[in-house]
Order: sequence, then structure tokens, then C-alpha cells
Amino acid sequence: MSDVTFISHDGEKREAPLEEGASLMQIAVDNMVPGVDGDCGGEAACGTCHVIVDDQWVAEVGRSGPVEEEMLAMNPEREPASRLACQMRVSENWDGLVVRLPEFQM
Amino acid sequence: MVGDEPALPYQRPPLSKAYLAGKSSLEELAIRKAEFYDKHDIRLVQGTVTQIDRAAQQVVLSDGTTMAYAGLALCTGGRARSLSVSGIDLPGIFYLRTFADVASIRAWAAPGRHAVIVGGGYIGLETAASLRALGLEVTVLEAAERVLERVTAPEVSAFYERVHRDAGVVVRTGALVDAMAGDDRVRELVLAGGERILADLVIVGVGLVPNTELAADAGLLVEDGIVIDDLACTSDPRIVAAGDCASHRMARYSRLVRLESVPSAGEQAKTAAATLCGKERPIAALPWFWSDQYDLKLQIAGLNTGYDELVLSGDPTDDRDFTCYYLQQGRLLAADCVNRPRDFMEARKAISRGLDVDRAQLKAARAS
Repeated sequence: MSDVTFISHDGEKREAPLEEGASLMQIAVDNMVPGVDGDCGGEAACGTCHVIVDDQWVAEVGRSGPVEEEMLAMNPEREPASRLACQMRVSENWDGLVVRLPEFQM
Repeated sequence: MVGDEPALPYQRPPLSKAYLAGKSSLEELAIRKAEFYDKHDIRLVQGTVTQIDRAAQQVVLSDGTTMAYAGLALCTGGRARSLSVSGIDLPGIFYLRTFADVASIRAWAAPGRHAVIVGGGYIGLETAASLRALGLEVTVLEAAERVLERVTAPEVSAFYERVHRDAGVVVRTGALVDAMAGDDRVRELVLAGGERILADLVIVGVGLVPNTELAADAGLLVEDGIVIDDLACTSDPRIVAAGDCASHRMARYSRLVRLESVPSAGEQAKTAAATLCGKERPIAALPWFWSDQYDLKLQIAGLNTGYDELVLSGDPTDDRDFTCYYLQQGRLLAADCVNRPRDFMEARKAISRGLDVDRAQLKAARAS
């Protein structure tokens, strides 16, 4: 089974099984990964599923779209590889994906 | 977890938006998958609680069974406010609150049919947009002088009226419904004054009634909603409440506030769960809301009650993106942001932290 690793701000690692077609936010929430809230249920409305994609995965998973850009623009923890996990549809090529979590969700 | 609906707990906000428009499935609406509940030893019971026996610390279900509790969470939500006019029970007249409501609406919503929506609030307007996307003719009837009267400034109401008219929706304000008429199904609405409007289906979205009867019968303090403090406690320390059914005494607004907002329900639920687990996590987040209509994403930060000044960034009479800031004595209270996620995030931060705002800076267009 393929997995994704969420690394908390403190460096703690949490693995979760990937499910093709689901959003990365849903996977985090279903597996109770601390630090991903997903308050709006996946509508890119709240900005509480901010993740930072590991450098070597950026090319595969892609960068943020225009709405994500705007939502993340004012975020002090924003990095070039920041994404909203609710806007990331899991693909079969993502086995081993690593994302980091910010210290705070907005 | 006892609930009276047959499906797993699901997200309601998409019901009038993506789900009604046929853009998402029931599986996608589920808040958690079935395995989640199994894995975490959460037993789901489909049933109705008819009584809380606080002395015995147990609840009674409609089938007569009882369940003992150490802690009890009332997350009873609300039900659609009904319209008490003659003919309201005719087939073809719907409310929009549950998955089952939307399934019924979808079965009736054939392209070309004429849907009349009673109520120009967020649910009514979102429904209008979704039904237009499905190819129906749509009329919105609002009793007040403008749509969204209860929740936004006149400028924002005018914007949404324009947008809906541009999309081909007939928006009628000051329109009071007197009766529904038909035969084996609804055929027309009768307005006060006698005018008749033909309809193939009618959707009533005139607000929500909080489900507080269970709490009131048990002697808990109820004022509009079940009264809770900053720790989501009701007047019985063993019972917490959260969501549409709860009235929270909010220090920020110095009054009881009953919010109909998913983010607030989630915030209160996190606190309620912490309280039941013996932890202290006061309800703190600023209330916020969102509404999707057509290509417009409205995000609202804060409550605008009591505003004495408006600052507009962008032109709601012409643009499809703008922000309407609500100020009270120079302090930012709330912001309605249309297609301006960045303004929303900034406003939310400024309001939560009570930051000083500069009017000229607010005005400066910040759409990308």
C-alpha cells in the first residue's frame, strides 16, 4: 500500500495510507493527523489545511492554483512549495510523498 | 453518536451548492468514512432521542431503550423553518436542509421547468444559482425590501440582485407569499395582493429553527439556542452543546450569539470535546462564513451587527470582485469579500487580533 508522510513542525512523522482520487486533506483528517484542520470541508475557503510539499515532490504534485495563492498570500509561514491539501487530488504516483506542516493553521 | 438521518454524518454546505448542481456525490459529502468510526470505537446509532433524564444521567430513545452517559453532547442542529400558508403540503414543494431534501429536489429539477424559491437568503440564492446551472427557469421571492437583508449591507444585497438578474433569475423583493395552489402537485403561488405566479416546483428557504426542545424539556437554559459558555458547557456541567442549536455568550460581542455556520460549529465542537475530556479549550475563533454562487466565492469574516461605517474596496455595481468592510467607531468589525480570498484572510487576522486599520489601505484594490 502506498503512503504519505506528514511531518509536524516539531519534526514528528505521521504516515497515512494514500487513496487515489481523495484529497490530501481528507486523508489527513481521516487519519487524525494533528495540525490539519480542514474546517471548511475542502472548499478552499478557510486555509486550515496548509502543507508544504517536500522539495523533491514539487514537480510531481504541482504548485498552488490562483485561489490557493490568494488564501496563502498573507500567511507568515508560507513557502514556495505551500499548498492547501484540500486542493491536492492524490495520484497513483504519489507513493512516498512527504509534506511538512506549518506551526499554526490560520 | 445518535442521529436520526440514515446516511453517515455529512457536510451540509455543499447541499445547496455543488451537490445540488450535480458536481459532487454523497460519498464525497461524508465527513468521515465508515471505517473511521469503527477504527476509533465510535458507535453510530440511527434513532431519535426523546428525553434526557439528567438525574439518572441517561437518555431515552424513541424505541424505549436507554443509554447511560458520563458526559452528553447536544449537537442537534436545526430544521428548516416552515412556511405556514395554505397548500404548503402539496407535492413539488421542498425545503432544503438534508441530503434527502436535495435528492427530492433533484428528481423534480428537470431543465426548462420553473422553480420558485421563497426566501432570498444565502440558501435561497445558492439554490437559485445551482438550479440555473441545471437549466431551470428560476424566480426568487423575498419578503423584505432586499435579498440578504438580515446579514449584509445594502450595497452587497444590490450586487447579488444584479448578479442573479444577469444570470437570468427573476428576483422579486417585497414579495409576500399568501398561499400555494395546485391539484396533484403545486401549480402556482399566490402573493399578498392576489398576483399568481406559475411554478413547477417550489423551494422554501426562510431560515432555520434550532432543535432545542430536548434541552428545554430537560430544564436546560435555552435562549433562542441552548445557552453555552466559553467551554461549551450548558447549564448542566455534564452536558455540552455545539453548533446551530447553541447560543454562545461571546465576550467579543457582549451578548448571546447563535451562529448558523459550519466553521463555528466545528470550533464549538472541538471545545465541547475537550471539555468532556477534562481539558480547557475556550471557544475563541472569529465567526466566519462562506457562500458560493456562480463564479463568486463570498467569504465573510466576523459579524457586522452594529456597524456604523462601510468602506468598499472595488465597485460592487460593476466588478465581480470587491470587499465590503464594516467598521464600528473606526474598528474593523467584519468584512464581506467577494472573490477576494486575500482580503478575507487579512481581515480575519485584523479582526481577531483587534488590529488598527487604515481606511485608505482597506480601499486600495487588492485583487490579483
